[in-house]
Amino acid sequence: METFIGKPIKRREDARFLKGAGRYTDDIKLPKMTHSAFVRSPYAHANVRSIDTTEANKADGVVAIYTGSDSCGTFGVPCGWQVDFKNGETMREPLHPLLAKDKIKHVGEAVAIVIAETLEQARDAAELVQVDYESLPAVTDPRKAMEPGAPLVHEEWPDNASFDWCIGNDRAEVEAALDSAHYVTEMEFRNQRLAPNAIEPRSYIADYDVNSGKWTLYTSTQNPHLIRLLLCAFVLGIPEHKVRVVSYDVGGGFGSKIYHYTEEALLTWASKEIGRPIKWTSDRTEAFLTDAHGRDHVVKSKMGFDKEGKIVAHLTDEFCAMGAYLSTFAPAVPTYLHGTLFQGVYTTPLIHLNVTAPFTHTVAVDAYRGAGRPEATYLLERMISKAAKEMDIDPADLRFKNFIPPFDGVNEPGYQTQVALQYDSGNYHGVLKRGLEMLGYEDFRKEQAVARASGKLLGVGISTYIEGCGIAPSAVVGSLGARAGLYEVGAVRVQPTGKVSVFTGSHSHGQGHETVFAQFVADKLGIPMDDVEIEHGDTDQVAFGMGTYGSRSLSVGGSAIIKSVEKILEKGAKIAAHKLEAAEEDLEYAEGKWTVKGTDKSVSFGDVSLTAYVPHDYPEGLEPGLDFSSFYDPTNFTYPFGTHIAVVEVDSDTGKVTLKRFVACDDVGNVMNPMIVDGQIQGGVVQGVGQALLEEVIYDESGQMLSGSYMDYAMPRADDIPMIETDRTVTPCPHNPLGVKGAGEAGAIGATPAVVNAVVDALAHLGVTDIQMPLTPQRVWKAMQN
Amino acid sequence: MIPAKFDYIKAATVGEAINLLEEHGFDAKIVSGGHSLIPAMKLRLATPEMLIDIRGIEGMNTITEEGNEIVIGANCTHHELTVNALVNNHVNVLSQAAKCIGDIQVRNRGTLGGSLAHADPASDYPATVLACEATIVAQGKNGSRTITAIDFFQGLFTTALEEGEIITAVRFPKVANGTYQKFFQSASRFAVVGVAAVKDGDRVKVGVTGVAGVPYRATAVENAYDGSSACAAHAVEGVDDVMSDHFADEEYRSHLAKVYVKRALEAL
Repeated sequence: METFIGKPIKRREDARFLKGAGRYTDDIKLPKMTHSAFVRSPYAHANVRSIDTTEANKADGVVAIYTGSDSCGTFGVPCGWQVDFKNGETMREPLHPLLAKDKIKHVGEAVAIVIAETLEQARDAAELVQVDYESLPAVTDPRKAMEPGAPLVHEEWPDNASFDWCIGNDRAEVEAALDSAHYVTEMEFRNQRLAPNAIEPRSYIADYDVNSGKWTLYTSTQNPHLIRLLLCAFVLGIPEHKVRVVSYDVGGGFGSKIYHYTEEALLTWASKEIGRPIKWTSDRTEAFLTDAHGRDHVVKSKMGFDKEGKIVAHLTDEFCAMGAYLSTFAPAVPTYLHGTLFQGVYTTPLIHLNVTAPFTHTVAVDAYRGAGRPEATYLLERMISKAAKEMDIDPADLRFKNFIPPFDGVNEPGYQTQVALQYDSGNYHGVLKRGLEMLGYEDFRKEQAVARASGKLLGVGISTYIEGCGIAPSAVVGSLGARAGLYEVGAVRVQPTGKVSVFTGSHSHGQGHETVFAQFVADKLGIPMDDVEIEHGDTDQVAFGMGTYGSRSLSVGGSAIIKSVEKILEKGAKIAAHKLEAAEEDLEYAEGKWTVKGTDKSVSFGDVSLTAYVPHDYPEGLEPGLDFSSFYDPTNFTYPFGTHIAVVEVDSDTGKVTLKRFVACDDVGNVMNPMIVDGQIQGGVVQGVGQALLEEVIYDESGQMLSGSYMDYAMPRADDIPMIETDRTVTPCPHNPLGVKGAGEAGAIGATPAVVNAVVDALAHLGVTDIQMPLTPQRVWKAMQN
Repeated sequence: MIPAKFDYIKAATVGEAINLLEEHGFDAKIVSGGHSLIPAMKLRLATPEMLIDIRGIEGMNTITEEGNEIVIGANCTHHELTVNALVNNHVNVLSQAAKCIGDIQVRNRGTLGGSLAHADPASDYPATVLACEATIVAQGKNGSRTITAIDFFQGLFTTALEEGEIITAVRFPKVANGTYQKFFQSASRFAVVGVAAVKDGDRVKVGVTGVAGVPYRATAVENAYDGSSACAAHAVEGVDDVMSDHFADEEYRSHLAKVYVKRALEAL
């Protein structure tokens, strides 16, 4: 019988995507639907003296205009994670209003919504809204935001800190170890701000039905249930059972569509006001200005080594921008998703990270592909490579010297880090060894020496990352400040004909769940993949869901489905036993049928399904039906790891970096669909390369964004990237039923330091030790001149 | 990305287009490929009330050989310039520049005349037009005139075209040996520096785009040319408005100009 797990099965969802038949929010057109446009502040920090909508109200097609003075002005979107100050002071959490009323806190903040019959009319009328602003000084750099006298983002507090935080060993102990270390390497840099740039911009339709008193919100979100919960309970105070949130197809998120944004709450409120559906779709400029950004850490770090090159201590201080308001998961990103990875794959005995998280006059910063782990990995992997160069040790050797020894989490216990987490299983030697083989590392070093003699600048960079995925055990995250659980829901409904509908709280916005989930459900039930349908993205279909981010769909969402599959098989066995007139314990299930062990007596999954719904001859006391829903709360995070190696050539005249090769050996645990895993790794690598070489959100001193279009914000393109060479080792996760770890973010985490290490390696003989990201030709050339 | 309301009319002849321009004055804009104007309109940076489409005008998309010149209709697309045999054989430097513009979609729509009239200081054609000493043929209500390349580019997005004038063609003298070398801006892929060099007997003619507010002839390079590329050191001599942005400040851009003039001279 055909099985599916582990096979490169083509994605079933691609047929509709390739034909332009996806069901994206902006494709939906409802009867009597209106359109909307926002009036947004051109200033980063300003007093709003007045808003005059008189002319706009007279414009053709205008249905309604609302400002912060209307009752919607009292509502704000909440933050979903609380990190209090080290001294016990509660996290400073400003109201994030649906429309700014008196004060502007970042460029692009909305002051009014114009609703009209057509989009063109809404845009035209929005141009007629007159806003009188008084511009004020702004601060956009997180370190400068904490300097005395910096402009305050929120005047109710004496400085711009939202919270501060630390993790690891006692600071004095770490400092003492650094003081007595044989060698200490140091770095100061900014992990630059990035814009997520999903292909599909954010899009919402709010539809209030006057007759039923129910709302439907169509939204391009990564987690429909969480949006519904926040919207109902924490923003508008409307009944959750009267709200349906739908997000069928979503064109990429990379984190930016996790959060509950002001626009979707405002549309939901306004739809009831006007009694008609309202659509808003962000344009690209609005996306740059209003989608939550990623990264933006200002970092100062020291790492100490002993004579043998073993790391003895690591101390880091960071300023991590929050933006003007706290986005849904923002406080978790530079703290629990970041500091908890400071162990890396190394046995570092003493670690201390201190974080200050200031408000800045910018759009919010939140999780962006990797969310805190890329920042941790970049720091660790740059520091190790920098120290290796300075101590004249090969960077691969220095890593081997410091790796945590292999452990499978079953026969050997998990690895307890200095920063709270316990790794599940790992074999860090294995991925580096394989990565070096794939590259032909020793041969490359010879080639590099020859090239250098002829004036060619070739470099190789290694990164050996670990990340925490599969978020997360609810009780653990609850103790760390999460205001929600992080389990997942999976329901399996067997139809009378034995066909299977699976409902998941995970959300697919490019991941391929419809294919992968069907692969393992079909295998576990021993039925054809065509008999399994995966449904997601509709709060009316599945009990609840926490959505997709943190590479959690398969390890958490998949496990919830497995739990339901197990319940189906358990109940099915009772029915089968009755039909076969045998004891349950005498049955075995394989290839879609229950067989009495040692006989040819069997009954098929289809027959049992039909019996469950037509229970004429049925076990006594057993309920009819074959339909189960399960909540799965993981017992630990999962910890994928890998080695990424980049080879670059630098143009000595211009500083332009060409990526010549990219080798990735990842360990994501068991693999359900290797084609999809390769695709996830490759896509992530490209985003990681984008951060290393191209991408940067730049705000000037006054808070204007200088990189708010594709003319100014450089995205990686196909011709920037060589063929990405992928391979894997497999170290199963010991604590979930599929043994999977997650692959969605690995590429973006591992790639960035590999590329930067390679460029620095290419220029090391010129005395270059570091270059600020992105490594634009100008920055590289200037580094070469110094 | 929704433009303000505008009217649209398709002109059948150059004369009709000129009359329409006169009739609508400042409220009207000529559109051909639309690859500079339409993006500006979608961002509402340009809000013309009337678009006069000259794309369909007969005779404005031909490429002909007239004695020692190749005459290229203003409506010819970038793509046409990359594949046309006359252009490839006689003004190859122009084909090379056209190949560097945008992507396939842009090259299929954007036109030579539209790009020159828009006069983006980082666009590719000006360097080539300058180095080739091409002449721009402009028609207005008082008839047709030619404008030398050196006179044509006057400032950022500013040309010698007078109100009511339309570029109908560009006349390129045949060039036996020319090259276009470009350093791409990583986001827009416009030219941070674009250098066209043309061999003229023992001399060279060098046009530079992307570096200054106005594309220029690198006369200091031309005067110092001795058959080697050493004269590239003079690439920005006399240029007092080297542009600066987050991709290339004045120092780096000036350096790149020298590198790319050198590369162009060495490619001849």
